[in-house]
Amino acid sequence: MPHVTYIEHNGTEHRIELEEGLSVMRGAVDNGVPGIDADCGGECACATCHVYVEEPWLAKTGTPDEQEASMLSFAATAQPNSRLSCQITMSAALDGLVVRLPEAQH
Amino acid sequence: MNAPVSHNPDSDAWTTPLDQLDPSHPARFQNHTMWPYFARLRRDAPVHYSTTSPLFGPYWSVTRYKDIMTVEVNHKVFSSDSGYGGITIRDRPKDLRLPMFIAMDPPRHDEQRKVVQPIVAPGNLAKLEGIIRARVCRILDGLPRGETFNWVEHVSIELTVQMLATLFDFPFEDRRKLSFWSDCATAVPEAGGFIDSEEKREAVFAECLAYFTNLWNERVNAEPRPDLVSMLAHGEATRNMTPREFLGNLILLIVGGNDTTRNSISGGLLFLHQNPGEHAKLRANPGLIESMVPEIIRYQTPLAHMRRTAVADFELGGQRIRAGDKVVMWYISGNRDEEAIEEPERFIIDRKRPRQHLSFGFGVHRCVGNRLAEMQLKILWEEILRRFPAIEVVGEPKRVFSSFVHGITELPVRIPA
Repeated sequence: MPHVTYIEHNGTEHRIELEEGLSVMRGAVDNGVPGIDADCGGECACATCHVYVEEPWLAKTGTPDEQEASMLSFAATAQPNSRLSCQITMSAALDGLVVRLPEAQH
Repeated sequence: MNAPVSHNPDSDAWTTPLDQLDPSHPARFQNHTMWPYFARLRRDAPVHYSTTSPLFGPYWSVTRYKDIMTVEVNHKVFSSDSGYGGITIRDRPKDLRLPMFIAMDPPRHDEQRKVVQPIVAPGNLAKLEGIIRARVCRILDGLPRGETFNWVEHVSIELTVQMLATLFDFPFEDRRKLSFWSDCATAVPEAGGFIDSEEKREAVFAECLAYFTNLWNERVNAEPRPDLVSMLAHGEATRNMTPREFLGNLILLIVGGNDTTRNSISGGLLFLHQNPGEHAKLRANPGLIESMVPEIIRYQTPLAHMRRTAVADFELGGQRIRAGDKVVMWYISGNRDEEAIEEPERFIIDRKRPRQHLSFGFGVHRCVGNRLAEMQLKILWEEILRRFPAIEVVGEPKRVFSSFVHGITELPVRIPA
């Protein structure tokens, strides 16, 4: 099974196996990775599953659509490599994906 | 004829013909008999058109969690624009509608919202935490012992108004003006209170605008500072606002920071009183405050609804909503939807996904201050548990006459001496 590495803001790493087709948000929430709140449950409607995608993975994870970009634009901690992890779907191509978590979700 | 306040809401809610059902009357929220009407709608007509409201005209009620989410994320179809009527069920006269960013659509909404958003950035929240804790301690230590007092007045209002004064850097000694303006902004004229006409409300608004214009003038010529007035005065998207728009955004920030957390503070105390088992769980494990706080906010649902206006035809739950129709998302109902939330009627302080509730809204209009609200409640409960083995609720709560603000005006309590 492909895996994702989540790096908490304090540097703690979590290597999580994640079934293809599930979202990167789901992988964190279902495995108790702290720092992903996901208040809306994956509807791209709250921006509390915000992550930074590590540079080598940016092209493969794609770019945010209009709704996601709009939600992200309200996150105080947003950067150019910000994504909402509920909008990244796991695939074989993303095996090894590394995402970092922001200081806080809002 | 649809009786707005039935003597027997439990049977009336289930026997009134659907085409005569109107869940919106403020009296039902004041006497807390609205619940069965929403249960009926969720079961029998989750997207329901009402034409019998004596106060608000025809409107759609969206009562299920999932359908509310659909409306929330479709801001292109469901507009918040004050020009169409804004975000509450009541249509104010056209010339009295206030532009404010909650009642705008993207992109203008986004631009203005981003000006104030940094007030709740993680760094600023961390700074506010210490201030809030010091104030909570002072308020709690000053409460009377062994006598009955109104928790709303002494704690809920006082704490939220102090917070708001800090966010605006508003003269502290005048802070009760903020709660007064907030109450006037949301008052329902039919309630027969101080604001019994739109003229009276406008007079109070003029006073509020004059006061804040002084603050604006003082700050616009000074270096930018991290308070809301300075941020608005210097923000690119807000520095050229008309006075009416300035007033609108002030009212938004005042109501948003006031009426909401106030009622969750009051509600939380009441829910723990009504649920002694949950209270015992909390006392045994104060770590549960973390999950209790969002549960309080769900269970209270301090704003019962938000309204949108359809700007295109849209099919929702098998119903055809037409362009121009008023659409009311009843958060208070979606938060009791058994299809989205397990045992929604129960107050449970250790839910697995406690933040999955509609009280803050979702989509681009999601509450700016949601984490600040949670922080205030969290600190309050930490300090209550540290001090008071018991706070007794000694009488029935009195509630607000409103189907927008789901609030408590009086909650008599007693702290044993």
